[in-house]
Amino acid sequence: MSSSNSSSVGTLRVKRGLAEMLKGGVIMDVVTPEQARVAEDAGACAVMALERVPADIRRDGGVARMSDPEMIEAIKASVHIPVMAKARIGYFVEAQILEALGVDFVDESEVLTPADEKHHIDKFAFTVPFVCGATNLGEALRRVSEGACMIRSKGEAGTGNIVEAVRHLRSIFGDIRKITQADASELFDWAKNLQAPLPLVQEIAETGKFPVPIFCAGGIATPADAALAMQLGAEAVFVGSGIFKSDDPAPRAKAIVEATTHFRDPQILAKVSRGLGAPMTGIGMDEINEAQKFASRGW
Amino acid sequence: MNSCVGVLALQGAFAAHCESLSSIGVKTVEVRTPEQLASVDALLMPGGESSTMSQLLESSGLFDPIAARIAEGMPTFGTCAGMILLSSEILDGRSDQRSFNAIDISVRRNAFGRQVDSFESDIDTRVGQFHGVFIRAPRIERVGAEVEVLGRLGDEPVLVQQGNVMAASFHPELSHDVRLHEYFISLMPTAGKV
Repeated sequence: MSSSNSSSVGTLRVKRGLAEMLKGGVIMDVVTPEQARVAEDAGACAVMALERVPADIRRDGGVARMSDPEMIEAIKASVHIPVMAKARIGYFVEAQILEALGVDFVDESEVLTPADEKHHIDKFAFTVPFVCGATNLGEALRRVSEGACMIRSKGEAGTGNIVEAVRHLRSIFGDIRKITQADASELFDWAKNLQAPLPLVQEIAETGKFPVPIFCAGGIATPADAALAMQLGAEAVFVGSGIFKSDDPAPRAKAIVEATTHFRDPQILAKVSRGLGAPMTGIGMDEINEAQKFASRGW
Repeated sequence: MNSCVGVLALQGAFAAHCESLSSIGVKTVEVRTPEQLASVDALLMPGGESSTMSQLLESSGLFDPIAARIAEGMPTFGTCAGMILLSSEILDGRSDQRSFNAIDISVRRNAFGRQVDSFESDIDTRVGQFHGVFIRAPRIERVGAEVEVLGRLGDEPVLVQQGNVMAASFHPELSHDVRLHEYFISLMPTAGKV
């Protein structure tokens, strides 16, 4: 590297910067280099390399771990766009391995089986940026206080059902709107009730926005789902099982990319939603019990 | 008449550029359609993923109208992925990736490395020392005879201009420093009246 002496890597600005670059885009779960190329061809702004999509993890049960490095490297070699990979909640050694592999973003993910029932990873200790899931504003701010550079809704991964992601986005952005109306003394109460650091709550009150980008994940299966998430305030979307568990992944992937860009344009949404074949079947929330919900993992 | 700067908003760091421009009192429009393009006097093409933007430039019907506007002399500034799209030659890009051929440089995609290699560093520019943020940054490997180098990191060019077209391999929108946005605005014929 020919950068000058004053150059520094792994700063918060550089790490949050990549999250800025992914805005307005679609990050797609892929399990093979072939799928990664389909995703890139369709206009994905990044791929998430994993061994099983959430729908299969849900079906198979058992312990879900970090993916095989060989498989992550094969996906890295097959595309130009950033490659993300998942580590278990609190499993900092998996994150160290992913950083050593040169992945561009680590997802400390509730879709995998948690490794620590109390502590999340100290994400400031890493050069690679992290994204974490959240169901509400307090959880989101706790993850930022641990060094997360991007927050995503948890949704309920692998269900093809957007209802949980909507709940999480409504909760997060609704509370942000309320905080911007709060006076200085009310912010103490907000911090207490959210169980979040006061300086971050004050930052939201002052700037009117969350400290890092907020993306949507969990249950996106159609172009309309993506546009709904964006209109609710998400700045980009993750699509897990929704693409490669559908009848015809390539056109659906492209349609979701276009819907994410043109999320406020119903004419374009109507055009890109046509003739995509069957989406993934999906699961109603009343068909899974509490113990099977991924979103309750994380603290 | 108030000038208006369009920020290409297909994908990427368009929101940060809009904030930078708004902070110096410039009216901005997010550009996703040919109609929106027609309403702007200059265009900023942000960082993001150039392959994603290439796809969306085609599907949105924006590629040819933007190329025509650039040919007519519309001031245009591309940062990072935006620089790749404005270049005359893309190295290590996708084989089907089209560029606007608006500035005579050869650019290698992600040549500074992956995200773990992303860095920030002071650079020397036309507007003085500037703090550059380089995210999976492209490298300018060849500079044509008509191209002026406005900024360097060490010896290598990272900020260039040819006519009304500017390109940077870094992200001025992430530095809380609006001098390069101001320089870009000065290229507009109505500069000073915004």
